[in-house]
Amino acid sequence: MKQTARIISTYSADVMGVCSALFELGGMTIMHDASGCNSTYTTHDEPRWYDMDSMVYISGVSEMEAIMGDDEKLISDIVDAAAVLKPAFIAIAGTPIPTMTGFDFEAVAAVIEQRSGIPSFGFPTTGMNTYIHGASMAFAGIAKRFVDDPADNKSESNTLQMSARKLASVLDSCCMRPNGIKVNILGLTPLDFSINGTDDSIVQWLEREGFEVVSKWAMGSSLDEIRRSAEADVNLVVSAAGYGAARVLYERFGMPYAIGFPAGNELPGLLADQIILNVKKFREQGGGSSFESSEISVDSGVFLNGNSSADGRTYEKGFAAVIGEGITSLSLAGTIELECGIPAKVLCATECPEGILRECDLMTPDEDDIIPELEGAAFVIADPLYRPIVPESAKFISLPSEAFSGRIYRDEIPDLVSDVNELLIKIK
Amino acid sequence: MLKKVKEKQNIRLNADEIPHVRIEDANFPAPFRSGLEYSSPARGTWNIVHTGMLIPEAHEIFVCAAGCLRGVVLTAAEMGTTDRFSTVAVRENNLLDGDMEDLVIEGVTDIINKLPKRPPAVLVYTSCVHHFTGVDLDMIYATLRSRFPDIDFTDCYMNPIMRKSGLTPDQLMRSRLYMLLHEREIDPNAVAIIGNDLPTDADSDLMRVLKGAGLRVHEITSCKTYEEYQQMAESRAYISYNPDAAPGGNMLSDRLGGIHYALKFSFDYDEIDSTFAGLAEVLGIDPRSREEISALREECERELEETKRLIGDTPVSIDYTYCPRPLGLAKLLLDHGINVTRVYVDGIPGGDRAAFDSLQKEHPDLMIYPTVHPGMRFARTANAEAGGGDVKVLAIGQKAAAFEETDNFVNIVEGGGMTGYEAITRTCRLMREAFLEKKEMRELVQVKGLGCEVCVR
Repeated sequence: MKQTARIISTYSADVMGVCSALFELGGMTIMHDASGCNSTYTTHDEPRWYDMDSMVYISGVSEMEAIMGDDEKLISDIVDAAAVLKPAFIAIAGTPIPTMTGFDFEAVAAVIEQRSGIPSFGFPTTGMNTYIHGASMAFAGIAKRFVDDPADNKSESNTLQMSARKLASVLDSCCMRPNGIKVNILGLTPLDFSINGTDDSIVQWLEREGFEVVSKWAMGSSLDEIRRSAEADVNLVVSAAGYGAARVLYERFGMPYAIGFPAGNELPGLLADQIILNVKKFREQGGGSSFESSEISVDSGVFLNGNSSADGRTYEKGFAAVIGEGITSLSLAGTIELECGIPAKVLCATECPEGILRECDLMTPDEDDIIPELEGAAFVIADPLYRPIVPESAKFISLPSEAFSGRIYRDEIPDLVSDVNELLIKIK
Repeated sequence: MLKKVKEKQNIRLNADEIPHVRIEDANFPAPFRSGLEYSSPARGTWNIVHTGMLIPEAHEIFVCAAGCLRGVVLTAAEMGTTDRFSTVAVRENNLLDGDMEDLVIEGVTDIINKLPKRPPAVLVYTSCVHHFTGVDLDMIYATLRSRFPDIDFTDCYMNPIMRKSGLTPDQLMRSRLYMLLHEREIDPNAVAIIGNDLPTDADSDLMRVLKGAGLRVHEITSCKTYEEYQQMAESRAYISYNPDAAPGGNMLSDRLGGIHYALKFSFDYDEIDSTFAGLAEVLGIDPRSREEISALREECERELEETKRLIGDTPVSIDYTYCPRPLGLAKLLLDHGINVTRVYVDGIPGGDRAAFDSLQKEHPDLMIYPTVHPGMRFARTANAEAGGGDVKVLAIGQKAAAFEETDNFVNIVEGGGMTGYEAITRTCRLMREAFLEKKEMRELVQVKGLGCEVCVR
């Protein structure tokens, strides 16, 4: 039955995704909930909690406040706390109870902003979607509100045309080499990348490829650095959490984006080419055209259309299954196909934008949907808490994720940018 | 049109700005205004998953939204009991479609049918959304009992929104823990200690009194099988010493017929004597003699003196997770010259009223600090920067240790199974030990459910 889990865990929820995305940016994030979400987030979802004094709180809404629609209590609590703590912004994120009572997040945020003078967001999360949904929403909010518009001090009103000209200039001068191309990395949270240095490895990889990193959304970048994101030429979306911001930055500034996570020995090079290609596409199309996600992401899918490997493996038999977040899993699956010659399909357990996954992949969080998809698998690459539902005939390869098992296997989470071979050797 | 603001961030508080109040100026029972809440990294207290797992062989099924499931699923995973734990996720369509009863019934049925072994008992936890949508819980449990007559079901709740209305979730959970007991013939020689998560110390006053009277003592923490758990129902008396267990004790007494006695957890000599005399009267056993009481008091005095001699004027901080009477402990220590400077507590427990009144008069400079106030986010940093000597603060309790950033701390939660005079002598010994030996505070306090390995059977 869908929605039941006899034994597997559950992914971090949208409300926690908001908190994780905004954690390092100097704001104050409030989970509008009775109790429980705060300790869950700070225990299982937030490895930075002990070491960084980020302001994440819970509203502590009571039964009577919810029934009576007493939003004033929440508003005054937030305004009072903000007056002392002086956050750079305020964000309220929802849970099941405000969802049921029809809490108007946007309106309450507007009132808080008016009273406090501090930029405020209302994110209508429900606690019923995964962290990807919430983090993407939060990053999109930051992109709308905080990224400075380079056109603010220019006479031209059409920022898309201006950006296109700027990029054309960059590309002409560098003859399609990445030198000088500036990149923002979108979708970085510890829920997908832990705190094991993966974020730094992505930066190092980009710099080795000749790119210049402007900002990292949002691990290791200040809000001021995030504000300057429009100075970049292109965005790299490394997890679906970054997709919302990529779309906003495209719409606001005409910034192109590429989708993919540089895990592997061959795929990162393809991804670098894809970034350059997308910048070129942008130039050729004048900056105003819309990209399809499938056109701008890196995947292999070499075993689609009934193709099989040299030893007869297909997506139905003898394949590798990667369970997890969509974009990182898709990139890892691509690497497995490219380097191991084995069909690798993605079982995406979180939200993923349309057009990114391939037809062999499946998007579902449900235990009963995942179990039959694992029949015939030769390898299953997933968080250890999936192990009980993996058939004995498949070789289980542990790939822990903070978003699924929290802190339990944190010490075992690999930096796939620099250490992917340790995983691939178990498949080759 | 939203505007952009570019203020310089200034979010740090120094030690003086961390919220606190002199006890002389504090209000009872709420010294601080309620508002946004901070979550300390100290995690040693138990939650409803840990407590439910005390029932041997029982299976827990939580029905709620993913965001609420997350914490309980990982609690079970961290304690190694995922094989006794399942979930049903409530999604938005369930709120709109009004099929919440079907989701619970069919979800629980589906899980039970998939279990490799039929459990003797299933604890079904519903949540705030069921409360707010007016779900017919009676119908749900009647249907489940009809479908699975070989399984004992009980209703459990994860509805923190009710924490300020009626029984608190903690009180409710402790009452549900014994709802599965079946009525059986009462054995006049058997008693049960109920409502505590941690095993009662073998050398605690309570255990010595009961064993000394030749009584057989049942306690859920020592039950290895479901049948052993059921044997608790033969008790002629149910004794609780965790204040949150008292409502459940009364329900149990009404349902099964034994007597419930709420033993007071206290650090006051006279109150200890009084509550143990009451226990003896209820059980019809000999009370402790004057000589015995005198010897116990002398032992306490010796321990307190030795502790004072060792730690000198070292500041001592206490928090509410250590035991149900943090102010009672503060008063005892202050009365014996020990330099208690801070107590971390958000609300004064009712049982601490007398100690509160006394401290206001006799030790008015004692500082009360909250644990959930938003400003407490910066307490650890502020205290760490304030510095200190080799032993800057001796903390009693995990939250005090975390806020004070000290490795010299007593690592006990929820009273740790102590009762009576033994709670005083053991506390003193633990304080001396903590003074002399540092612990890995950061790692230790972040472990959920201190002592919960008793649930893994």
